[in-house]
Amino acid sequence: MTLPLYGFELIGDGTGLLVALGLGFGFGWFLERAGFGSGCRLCGQFYLYDMTVLKVMFTAIVTAAVGLWLFSTVGLLDLEYVYMTPTSLTAQLVGGLLLGAGFIIGGYCPGTSVVAGATGAKDGFVFVGGFAFGVFVYALFPGVENWVNANSIGAVTLPQVFGISYGLLVAILVVAALAAFAGAEWSERKFAHLRPK
Amino acid sequence: MSVVASMPPAATAPRATSALTGRFMNPYLAGFGLGLVLLAAFLIMGRGLGATAASASVVAWLTGLVAPEWTASNPALKNYAAEPPWINWTFYLVVAAFVGAWVSAKLAGRIRWRVEGGPHATIQMRYALAFAGGAIAAFGARLAKGCTSGQALTGGAQLNLGSWVFMLAVFAGAYALALLVRREWR
Repeated sequence: MTLPLYGFELIGDGTGLLVALGLGFGFGWFLERAGFGSGCRLCGQFYLYDMTVLKVMFTAIVTAAVGLWLFSTVGLLDLEYVYMTPTSLTAQLVGGLLLGAGFIIGGYCPGTSVVAGATGAKDGFVFVGGFAFGVFVYALFPGVENWVNANSIGAVTLPQVFGISYGLLVAILVVAALAAFAGAEWSERKFAHLRPK
Repeated sequence: MSVVASMPPAATAPRATSALTGRFMNPYLAGFGLGLVLLAAFLIMGRGLGATAASASVVAWLTGLVAPEWTASNPALKNYAAEPPWINWTFYLVVAAFVGAWVSAKLAGRIRWRVEGGPHATIQMRYALAFAGGAIAAFGARLAKGCTSGQALTGGAQLNLGSWVFMLAVFAGAYALALLVRREWR
């Protein structure tokens, strides 16, 4: 077991920052290639005629999930050294609703607003500014952050919740993704008339 | 018909445009590529992708210049104050994502100064709503300890319970408001 390299101290902080530059380039590249520099294309997801967001996100999740399972199962990756955010159910439910609301109102999510700005979308830069403002406003209510942390139940995974094996849950995820892709293709045909002219 | 939908847009107001031109990569192929980048982050760094922490790092640095003691004791900022942008991992990631997106768009001939919006949206409306939406999204991302990247993508692949709750809530929140703001996009 030698992965993750950073966890086993095979690379240090400085190299880690260089790795971030490489990974970030790929991150921005694929988001832009998918068309996520366009708020119109992103928001088409919520009018059902353009399901690109679902297709890209679910494919990426399944790819990385299968990879994580594979590398850890064959013993190359120690998941103990892969950081997982603790679950705080109510905070994450409300946080998700707010992020979804901000997404459809503003046109972007935090990462895609940066990508949009890079392609020349001025509203992308405005979203980035609004986001920084929101981060500042959040800090003005320290009780909220304390409440989130106080209600944390630690890192919990779906296999633990459902009491099934890691491999079985990954298999279910793959099947669910294929079903979602079929639904997405159907939705794009069914609601094609909603696309703005 | 909602009130918003029945209001005709002012004919003279400058209009937003869409950049929906040109050919994009097959979404499944783009998703596969994105998934490989995410997997590489796990295998090399033991962490996933993210964007929120970059913004928090910059904000904590700025408030630290003005009010160092308040920042250092603020529960929402103190961890970021200890990691200013020039040593914050996610800040490097996001700056490089900007560059990667720019190179991709440049090679595809897609860079254009514009304001995104549907055929009925004005530029003024889009600026106001982009700022408001960004602020609302930030509050949500801080509550959930991550955004679409740090929670939905990263935690989604880790089968993290809270991340899946978050992801489903993101879609629910956006679909719930989609009709209300449809003049912005359609």
